[in-house]
Amino acid sequence: MAQTLDQTIGATPQASPEAGVERTKREGSPWTGLWAVVAKDMADHLTSVRMLILMLLIVLTAVGTVWGALQEIRSAAPDDPFLFLRLFTTARDPLPAFVGFLSFLVPLIAIGLSFDAVNGEFNRRTLSRVLAQPIYRDALLFGKFLAGLFTLALVLTAIWLLIIGMGIFGLGVPPSGEEVARALVFLVATIFYGGIWLALGMVFSTVFRQPATAALASIAVWIVFTFFWGIIAGLTTQALSPAQFETAQQVIAATDLERNLARISPNTLYVEATIGMLNPAVRSFGLLLPSQMAGAIMGAPLPLEESVLLIWPQLTCLIAATILLFALAYLLFQRQEIRA
Amino acid sequence: MADIVLDVQGLTKRYGTFVAVDNLNLRIERGEIFGLLGPNGAGKTTTILMLLGLTEPSSGSVRVLGYDPTRQPLSVKARVGYLPDAVGFYDELTARENLAYIARLNGLSRKEGNSRIEEAITRMGLSNVIDRPVRTFSRGMRQRLGVADLLIKRPQLIIMDEPTLGLDPEAARQFLQLIVQLRDEGITLMLSSHLLHQVQAVCNRVGLFSKGKMQLVGAVPELAQQVLGGGYRIHVQAQSAEATGNGARNGTALLGALRQIAGVQDVERAGEDRYVVIGKGDLRAEAAAAVVNAGGRLYGLDVEAPSLDEIYSRYFQEVDHGANA
Repeated sequence: MAQTLDQTIGATPQASPEAGVERTKREGSPWTGLWAVVAKDMADHLTSVRMLILMLLIVLTAVGTVWGALQEIRSAAPDDPFLFLRLFTTARDPLPAFVGFLSFLVPLIAIGLSFDAVNGEFNRRTLSRVLAQPIYRDALLFGKFLAGLFTLALVLTAIWLLIIGMGIFGLGVPPSGEEVARALVFLVATIFYGGIWLALGMVFSTVFRQPATAALASIAVWIVFTFFWGIIAGLTTQALSPAQFETAQQVIAATDLERNLARISPNTLYVEATIGMLNPAVRSFGLLLPSQMAGAIMGAPLPLEESVLLIWPQLTCLIAATILLFALAYLLFQRQEIRA
Repeated sequence: MADIVLDVQGLTKRYGTFVAVDNLNLRIERGEIFGLLGPNGAGKTTTILMLLGLTEPSSGSVRVLGYDPTRQPLSVKARVGYLPDAVGFYDELTARENLAYIARLNGLSRKEGNSRIEEAITRMGLSNVIDRPVRTFSRGMRQRLGVADLLIKRPQLIIMDEPTLGLDPEAARQFLQLIVQLRDEGITLMLSSHLLHQVQAVCNRVGLFSKGKMQLVGAVPELAQQVLGGGYRIHVQAQSAEATGNGARNGTALLGALRQIAGVQDVERAGEDRYVVIGKGDLRAEAAAAVVNAGGRLYGLDVEAPSLDEIYSRYFQEVDHGANA
């Protein structure tokens, strides 16, 4: 469907009907029927057993970790203006903090929502029937993506509210405006972090005809980024930098390189974004040079705008990666022959 | 011009160097049932997908109900119903939910959609299972649900790909009846199949499709004339007046008499007192006269119109023969 792309960017109309296939603007909006697809797929997601299992998993995690965090906060009784944010980040042995869990649970949910998006329709032989309705492929794929993203947003928002509720009960104080604002940015970052994996699942579901293969490929990418990427970044840095550091500049350069390599992983971006948002005292993710600390009060929180500015690159990268991966899935899907 | 529902000119589809559909020309008029016949892999499905704008033609022009499927796919798809071979549904959803999705994709309001669903389901005799998940449906029920699905958009043209494949004989017969009913309501139909006797039973015109080319198009008798030079078989059961003991010789006399009829291509003895006359048309009256004039006693007379199977196999035999010679 290379023509579709030409048409989307507005190829010039040709008058002569003899010119074989006429390359003129195609009729109607590419999004005709989009909301029908979104509504149907969201209903499917929300009623599926798969989703129920993932929901249970994440609710249990949220309750467990936040309960642990509440115990820890109560026993330590810290004098912290951002007590609520600690609900997300405080770990109590043997449980890691909630954000730690999220960084690998969210990809699982997102992959679970999307790994059979396209090939599932192929295998049920519904694709040709649906595409024979007056809609474009664009609407089908984008509708499926939006349905996944909305479902993810719905689930995460519900969990988020649950945690805030538990916090109000457990701590006995309402969250401050700034805490809510920070937690909201964190929520948005989490949704787009899921968006990346959702789009990745869709790419694989377009490439592979077997849903199991698509799921496995997605999980493989997830494992590489979650467990091995740090090691890979470290080894690559060692290979690229001189074996012995002679000057401070070299040390700094090597650290920067390693950090930037690590940032290729969406997990790193997400973890940095959450830390920057939920821990107002964080003012840099790299080495902190004495010159940067001049005049700073140790542990003093940054204002909200400064924190947002700090994580801005991470946030935009998460969103950009989501869009890029979706665009790839879109290209692949448009070029695909629909006959089974 | 208004009566041409489908107009295809020079339609070609290439996949790399492989030519799936080669310079296809075809016209279908309103109210026809057109049968697209051909062996598997002949390019039938590819042609259908191009008609719907689901695959792009490499060259050539298509007009479906006056619209170009590549440029105006939405207009085409809003008016044309397509029943794919082995139609699939969302198994975990009920029949009603499956159709509701289609109604929404067609931009129907909830109210309009519901009334059309009710109507289509009742029409297909599925009212008692409308709220059952589709996974519990038999092959025949699925196929009927597939037609209900088409009726939702009230199509002017329906394209069916191998619609009776996998149906038991009774279900297939009912399905063919349904196709004729739809035609009588003014819907034009095009079906692809390789089950020739079924196609012959319902189609006004057929096209023989092979290796990406439309080899022959026309009504079955026309094709019979063209390929078989007639192909009507008249079964004659007759006895000579003096047939006592020496039936064989008398039989030869009758055989000779039947051979004398104008338009007869061949006469065979099919058994004692039974003859098969192969002729260009329905020669029953002539055969009866010939038997009586030869002093014979006529016991039975029957005509068998040329079958599509015969045309099909003869045609492809000849083609292969020509290719080998």
